[in-house]
Amino acid sequence: MAEPKTTGSPTPDEPLLRATDLRVHLDTPRGLLKAVDGVSFSIERGETLGLVGESGSGKSMLVRSLMGICPSIADIHGSVRLDGRELVGVPRKEARTIWGNRIAMVFQDPMTSLNPVLRIDRQLTESMRLHLGMGKKEAGERAIELLTLVGIPEPVKRARQYPHQLSGGMRQRVTIAMALACDPDVLIADEATTALDVTVQRQILDLLQEIQAERGMGMILVSHDLGVVAGRTDQIAVMYAGRMVEHSPTADLFAHRRHRYTEALLGAVPRLDVPRDQRPRAIPGAPPDLVTLKSGCAFAARCTAADDLCREERPELGDELGAHRFACHHPVGEDVAAVEGVESGQPSLMKEATA
Amino acid sequence: MSTLETAPEPALGAAEPTGLRPSQIKRAKSGKARKRPSILLWFAIAWMSIVLLGALLSLIAPGVFPHEYGKAFGDAKQKPFAAWPEFLGTDGLGRSHLTRLAFGARVSMIVALVSVVVGVVIGGLLGLVAAYFRGVTEMIIDLFSDALLAFPPLILLLALSSVYEPSQTSITAGLAVLTIPGFTRLTKASAIAQSNREYVTVAKAMGAGPGRIIFKELLPNTFPAVMSYSVIVMAVLIVAEGSLSFLGLSIPPPMPSWGGMINAAKDDLSLYPSQVFVPCGVLFLTVFSLNVIGDRLRAKFDVRDTKL
Repeated sequence: MAEPKTTGSPTPDEPLLRATDLRVHLDTPRGLLKAVDGVSFSIERGETLGLVGESGSGKSMLVRSLMGICPSIADIHGSVRLDGRELVGVPRKEARTIWGNRIAMVFQDPMTSLNPVLRIDRQLTESMRLHLGMGKKEAGERAIELLTLVGIPEPVKRARQYPHQLSGGMRQRVTIAMALACDPDVLIADEATTALDVTVQRQILDLLQEIQAERGMGMILVSHDLGVVAGRTDQIAVMYAGRMVEHSPTADLFAHRRHRYTEALLGAVPRLDVPRDQRPRAIPGAPPDLVTLKSGCAFAARCTAADDLCREERPELGDELGAHRFACHHPVGEDVAAVEGVESGQPSLMKEATA
Repeated sequence: MSTLETAPEPALGAAEPTGLRPSQIKRAKSGKARKRPSILLWFAIAWMSIVLLGALLSLIAPGVFPHEYGKAFGDAKQKPFAAWPEFLGTDGLGRSHLTRLAFGARVSMIVALVSVVVGVVIGGLLGLVAAYFRGVTEMIIDLFSDALLAFPPLILLLALSSVYEPSQTSITAGLAVLTIPGFTRLTKASAIAQSNREYVTVAKAMGAGPGRIIFKELLPNTFPAVMSYSVIVMAVLIVAEGSLSFLGLSIPPPMPSWGGMINAAKDDLSLYPSQVFVPCGVLFLTVFSLNVIGDRLRAKFDVRDTKL
């Protein structure tokens, strides 16, 4: 395997979480599936990273590799440093003191992420008693505090109930409380609001943001919805076919999106405040098969600006973290006219979307 | 040879027409399961209470029975309902049927309960371990339970009875060993289904180790399935113990057992049918009740709702 690239000179104060050239390769019966292929990012305390992409773009696998819950066929390379401490390749027993304690995760489906036969307080106190060595009583009191913190009314009563007695939004609040139990430094929300209805979605996102600001945690917000991450993140990484295709500070990304895929994603967001003829445009085709993926830009087959260069040579993202990075040969805002001759009709649609 | 090979086919074909519309049958089945008259269940519970009471009394307070199980007290082969309190009549040696059936219940219940508990503990543990670790561990455990399943049960029990002096302990041990693979498979299947669910992933993401996941996440969730299965296994074990007694390979004579009572009276079947039918009826009702209760438990716990 390739040696992890070191990005820039090693700074004395390491960021809270830094992933460098992270690769998650799955050894499937069909062949090697590069679910995550060379991803780098860093998060400071109090900073939020938005991870956006279609289903199967590798965003979930990326965050799962940080939590050690990849399928057993996964092979993780590269480097993930939490406060300067390496996480990749650490023995499971040692890593268990980090998962749930310093990095915690909120899962997508609150319906299945709670154990149906255990009471809420049992599930909440579990990790505190494991990681912080709290006694039963102390942990129980803290569980009530946590339930209050995540905005659950009647926390004492709720703590004695079973998951099926709670609504979906409530349950997601409970899973957030579980994630917060050990005061983690990094909180990962893997599509934490996708399974909830929109009004509850907003409440949960606001809650996450509030708690993050209060505690100065680093947060990774995974979503397939650009609208969800737009106002709540400091930086956004757009993933496609296991690689980051565009990564930049949030404001910059929305103001000057460069990658064609980001452009297409934004074009696919439904909006109520635009005329009917500007309805969302679907991205043609489907994401590529990650096993049979060839050289060249992975998005080339679905891209309106793709030419021979795109099909042959894979564009590189660039190494400078913090800057606006994008992996595209024909970024938005450059030589659109030149491309127009190659493929007729479609590019003008794209231009319209930019306008 | 060819007739042997073709023989099962008509039977299969005969079963086919009812299976033409699987959706309809499924609906009919589930409907039946939900609307089963509960009077049957109440009857089953009442009957099992009587049996358990008899077993318990004979175990802790044998004095409450008016006659001892090993001693004759009056005319042999009295008909049921001829006298009070010996309303079940007497056996071929003039011993009280009532007392003997109660002591027989004690044997059946102890053998069935202890075997099931041993089977659940050992089999369940093996199943959980196999389900969590998979891979080589699962292979070895599967091999073990397959070997046990492949072994003809009656041969094992006969061998045990002939090697060791037949006693309650040897019978219980033999039956317990036979129940292990069933419970191993059941818990394994159930735990594998559970371990694919998100809350197990959540536990892993919280840094939980194997022991914690097996005992706190998987075990409680496999409990319902194991619970209802063990009631049904109890019924099977009672019949198995009865068969062994009938063959004279169970508890030695003065101590009564249901199968042994049937065996002793079988020669008089044409002249004194009640001699056989009384213990047969008790055995039948017990097995039937256990099946009803087990089935009911299964239906109750059989949750297809993803919300739970």
